Amino acid sequence: MGGADVDSAGPATPRVVVVGAGPAGVRCAETLVKAGIRPVVVDEGRRSGGQIYRRQPENFTRPYAALYGSEAAKAESIHRTFDSLLEHIDYMPETLIWNIADNHVYTVCGNRQRALAYDALILCTGATDRLMPVKGWQLAGTFSLGGAQVALKSQACAVGSRVVFMGTGALLYLVAAQYAAAGATVAAVLDTSALWRRVAALPKLLAQPRALWKGMLLTASLYRARVPVYFGIRPVAIEGSDDSGVAAVSFRDSMGKTRTLACDAVAMGYHLRPENQLADLARCEFRFDQPTRQWLPLADRDGRSSIDDVYLAGDGARILGADGAEASGELAALAALEDSGARVDSSRMDSLRRKLVKLQRFARGLNQAFPWPAAFAAELVDDTIVCRCEAIRVGELRATLSVTGSREVNRTKAFSRVGMGRCQGRYCGNAAAEIIASDGGVAIEEAGRLRAQAPVKPLPVALEKDS
Amino acid sequence: MAGRFQRLGEAGRRSVSIWVDGEPVHALEGDTLMVAMLNHGDHLRRSEFDPSARAGFCLMGACQDCWVRTEEGARLRACSTPVQENMKILTSRLEGTWAELT
Ligand SMILES: Cc1cc2nc3c(=O)[nH]c(=O)nc-3n(C[C@H](O)[C@H](O)[C@H](O)COP(=O)(O)OP(=O)(O)OC[C@H]3O[C@@H](n4cnc5c(N)ncnc54)[C@H](O)[C@@H]3O)c2cc1C
Ligand code: FES
Repeated sequence: MGGADVDSAGPATPRVVVVGAGPAGVRCAETLVKAGIRPVVVDEGRRSGGQIYRRQPENFTRPYAALYGSEAAKAESIHRTFDSLLEHIDYMPETLIWNIADNHVYTVCGNRQRALAYDALILCTGATDRLMPVKGWQLAGTFSLGGAQVALKSQACAVGSRVVFMGTGALLYLVAAQYAAAGATVAAVLDTSALWRRVAALPKLLAQPRALWKGMLLTASLYRARVPVYFGIRPVAIEGSDDSGVAAVSFRDSMGKTRTLACDAVAMGYHLRPENQLADLARCEFRFDQPTRQWLPLADRDGRSSIDDVYLAGDGARILGADGAEASGELAALAALEDSGARVDSSRMDSLRRKLVKLQRFARGLNQAFPWPAAFAAELVDDTIVCRCEAIRVGELRATLSVTGSREVNRTKAFSRVGMGRCQGRYCGNAAAEIIASDGGVAIEEAGRLRAQAPVKPLPVALEKDS
Repeated sequence: MAGRFQRLGEAGRRSVSIWVDGEPVHALEGDTLMVAMLNHGDHLRRSEFDPSARAGFCLMGACQDCWVRTEEGARLRACSTPVQENMKILTSRLEGTWAELT
């Protein structure tokens, strides 16, 4: 990797805080260390690695190949790199940044709280699953797709004895294949995207032939494991009871026929949504990204946000996957170094930029192949729960819209409480905006963006201040 | 009550005992509290807002669906808390509300 030289005659070493120890945060920290800076790396995880390269507990023994498959070498490289950085950084694991104000990040670890000043803040906060509600998704045994993967990767467990994978996206096939390979029973893969979309997206997907090939191998492995795969489905309901949870999934197949599959778990996801509350609290500007129908923090090609001193990298800035996270983490660090007056390797920056352009094209292809099924929101039946946290139904949200005339997400949240529960809109926000837009007859971007609020996650009841 | 989760390996770990609603539960060192509880039973808690039993959702600390409490009254996010010998967990609905958590 290229790096940067610090101008030794320059100003005092800047205080740099990196949030996140996934692939973006690790490459970012590595680049800063190479330039002679000692960054603080704050990560909520117990161990470094982030999502894709999530590490299993220390006393587990599965080898890299079993855990990370085709990405084993990259996972090992990220882990080794981070371990080798430990002496050169201030690493704060199991620590949440819950607020940002006046060039300070506010951290909490257990019930110990601190405020850290920064000269530059690099947010590498990753993503979580993007969800579209379905009737019955509050039942015990429904998990997010990423959650189902976490159970396997970091705990060697399947989330049920017969698991249905429902939603769309590359991760749907990946996690189903990982389950099948680990010996779990995969009842079916139910993809809301029709097969032809994949064909139509081929020109863009060819921007990353290796990734495309891996995707094809995954699908082939599901067929070999005799996992039924349905394309172009419409979810109808997750069935079961309040007490014992999930018992079946019903859906309409691409021919319009309603089918029901018995299962005791459903893993659901529609690609990812960036985790960008911190960017919001840092007052970064956002823009609406039409192809993914989500709001993203504004960033230049190197990761500079609209706020001086705040940089964005990885999935939290835009969803480009793990390789994109590595490249953008390094690039954001180089941009921060450049802005601080350090000499940086501009040809390295150029090559990272070129890489990101290719990955962006591939990401657009994935988005075309596995689109977010926005139109499903209008069809949700009124008694579907939209907010799992507080069990608020779609009908209640629609009633709020018609009574108040609100067409804006924050206003609607205040009246209906959708987005106000303990997940703070992470799992209902995308769908609620679609419902507001379709019911209110406005474009989704006009429905606006759910504003982040501190604390970004619940805090322990009593906090103690660390000196 | 059968376990909701299925173990697919890593069975050779040291065992750890915890208590859930007064019943002994056998767990393995390195389990999260959520995994320990869902290998034994089928839910973690009852929702305060509807009749449904809940078993968590995201497993990555984002949804907050997996909070349980200890007999001593502490609150724990089960998906990100490693089990410890002799933990005593209650799954019944807590009177009072979510507001106490924030
Ligand atoms: C559950 C899940 C599974 C995935 N699995 C795969 C996969 O198998 N293959 C694949 O190609 N892609 C996968 N992806 C896509 C994946 O997000 C990217 O490939 C890659 O991990 C992104 O890297 P990142 O560094 O941007 O973020 P992440 O790897 O997500 O790392 C972000 C880190 O920031 C921390 N963080 C966030 N907010 C805060 C805060 N407020 N305070 C402190 N720390 C914070 C998080 O705890 C996390 O450790 C997955 C995504 C998810 C959500
Ligand atoms: S299961 Fe989502 S926070 Fe624990």
